[in-house]
Amino acid sequence: MSKKLTYQIVVLFLLAILLSILINNLSINLSRSGLQLSFSWLLRPASFALAENPLPYSPSDTYAWALFMGWLNSLKVILSSLILATFIGVFIGIVRTVGNSVLGFLAAIYITLIRQTPLLLQLMFWYFVAFLGLKDSIFMPIKGMISISNKGIEFLGLSLSSEFSALLFGLSVFTGAYIAEVVRGGILSVSRGQWEAFRSLGFSEINGLFKIIIPQALPAIIPGLTSQYLNLAKNSTLAIAVGYSDIYAINDTVINQTGRTIESFIILLSSFFLLNLLISNLMEVINKITLNSKKI
Amino acid sequence: MRRLISGMIGLSMLLGGCATTSQENISRLDLIKKRNELICGVSGKIPGFSFMGSDGSYQGLDVDICKAFAAAFLGDASKVQYRPLTAAERFTAIKTGEIDLLSRNTTFTLSRDSSAGNGLSFAPVVFHDGQGLMVKRESQITNIKGLANKSICVGSGTTTEQNINDAFESQSLPYQPIKYQDLNQVVAGYLQGRCSAMTSDRSQLAAARSGFKNPEDHIILDDVLSKEPLAPASDGRDFLLADAMRWVIFSLISAEEQGITKANILEKVKFATDNPQLKPLRRFLGIEGDLGEKIGLGNDFVVKVISSTGNYGEIYNRHLGSNSEVPIPRGLNNLYTNGGVHIAPPFN
Repeated sequence: MSKKLTYQIVVLFLLAILLSILINNLSINLSRSGLQLSFSWLLRPASFALAENPLPYSPSDTYAWALFMGWLNSLKVILSSLILATFIGVFIGIVRTVGNSVLGFLAAIYITLIRQTPLLLQLMFWYFVAFLGLKDSIFMPIKGMISISNKGIEFLGLSLSSEFSALLFGLSVFTGAYIAEVVRGGILSVSRGQWEAFRSLGFSEINGLFKIIIPQALPAIIPGLTSQYLNLAKNSTLAIAVGYSDIYAINDTVINQTGRTIESFIILLSSFFLLNLLISNLMEVINKITLNSKKI
Repeated sequence: MRRLISGMIGLSMLLGGCATTSQENISRLDLIKKRNELICGVSGKIPGFSFMGSDGSYQGLDVDICKAFAAAFLGDASKVQYRPLTAAERFTAIKTGEIDLLSRNTTFTLSRDSSAGNGLSFAPVVFHDGQGLMVKRESQITNIKGLANKSICVGSGTTTEQNINDAFESQSLPYQPIKYQDLNQVVAGYLQGRCSAMTSDRSQLAAARSGFKNPEDHIILDDVLSKEPLAPASDGRDFLLADAMRWVIFSLISAEEQGITKANILEKVKFATDNPQLKPLRRFLGIEGDLGEKIGLGNDFVVKVISSTGNYGEIYNRHLGSNSEVPIPRGLNNLYTNGGVHIAPPFN
């Protein structure tokens, strides 16, 4: 056996000892504080109602099912904000780079305003001022199609609660500003020569932007986009500030009723870990596809 | 490499050492005395119970209970550090030792008391409350049935959430709970018309209403959804602290029964000192016997408490009496001799 391999085995062995000491330490200290880990309470009836549940739910269902509803609610708001934020971000990012000076100026104001104020404050604004501020009046921008009140948005038979809508707009507008900067950076990373090249080939500005510039900017945009998406997912836990029943808010209730703080946080952490792992792996795949297509 | 290995062994020995350091037999009471300060968990957001006054200090019934504990434990009611906590934070704060005790309108329930639940220990109830519903007068809703299919603003992480569900489910009334983390948000949601009603303990509803622009536009329904006995709490494994807390609260109630007030306490002490035949009063005030010592306090702890906060009735009237900013009729919170439920066991 080589000397190097021996060292590695010794290090591995010591790491294993260290890890087991740490885990042992944790369990001793937990039981000393009267906080032995147990997950059997997950199967007991939750006995609290939810304002929004994507799948059938009643208070006699289990804590596990209630938490799953919360996870689905989180997923719902994360995915829809992700899509809306991407549209906002890409649009603003492009406008800021190539738009005329008035639009570009407005986009710059939007980005500055959003990035210099805390998200929590913005969410509170969307909820308590924009939606609940309507009080008893109903706002109908397009008659018969869309109506907005303090109860939420009705859009062609689709009804969104004001809590969900506030969170959706708050997260999308906030993350959109960051995505816009990522997109702008990506577009600027493509050399000026490419712009002159497509113009001399007779492409229109829009055509050239989407067919020549953006495909080359994607490898620079996607990694930045991934981290914005991950931030969005984590920021969604601020839902509790606007009364939306996401997994964090439901966890709060569960902790109070069961007293199982540590277990609940383990569940919360692992569910976010899974969700974010999913997002970052998906983005990794998209990144690989764009890198490969560039080679052709 | 050798340095790395010896470093790791050293580290693991260090970490192993953590698990064996024993702190089990030291009562929090000794810690409080050593620190010469009581760390008291409060809400800080409920007028009448714990609320920051115009001079920047906390005031209210829950706050005065903290002061009574400090007076009994340390002989000085001002040696309290207040920690404002949310409903969800409060129990973890006790278990982790961040605070010594909780005086934060906490409902005494079985699962919170049990060692398999939150593992707390509750002192005697300092305020008997019940959950209620508040609606706008113009809605013309008069009872819980009128709230069927309506949305109701609820604070999450409290017993109210489960109670409202029990009340509506038992009558098969569908409803939509809109949950907020904070009482201020519940109030905002209700006032902005997101919900037809808001629910909380009736004392909190009254306290919140006192701050509204037009309090008379809101009515608290007669339906009482639950019993909410609010009591101070501490770590369930610390029997010494729990005993001391229990008898401090009883001393407040007992003093009211015996007519001992902040104003006449010194007079009473002198009177008891001069009259050796008044055995029960002498024991209560610590002039003879060792009742205080038995619970780890000074024998004169009752004198210290009453001379700083007054008796239970005085505390109540100061913050919730008819001349206070949050007037709540005494009702159940009267002494047992006056139609209420407060009673103190004998100081023997």
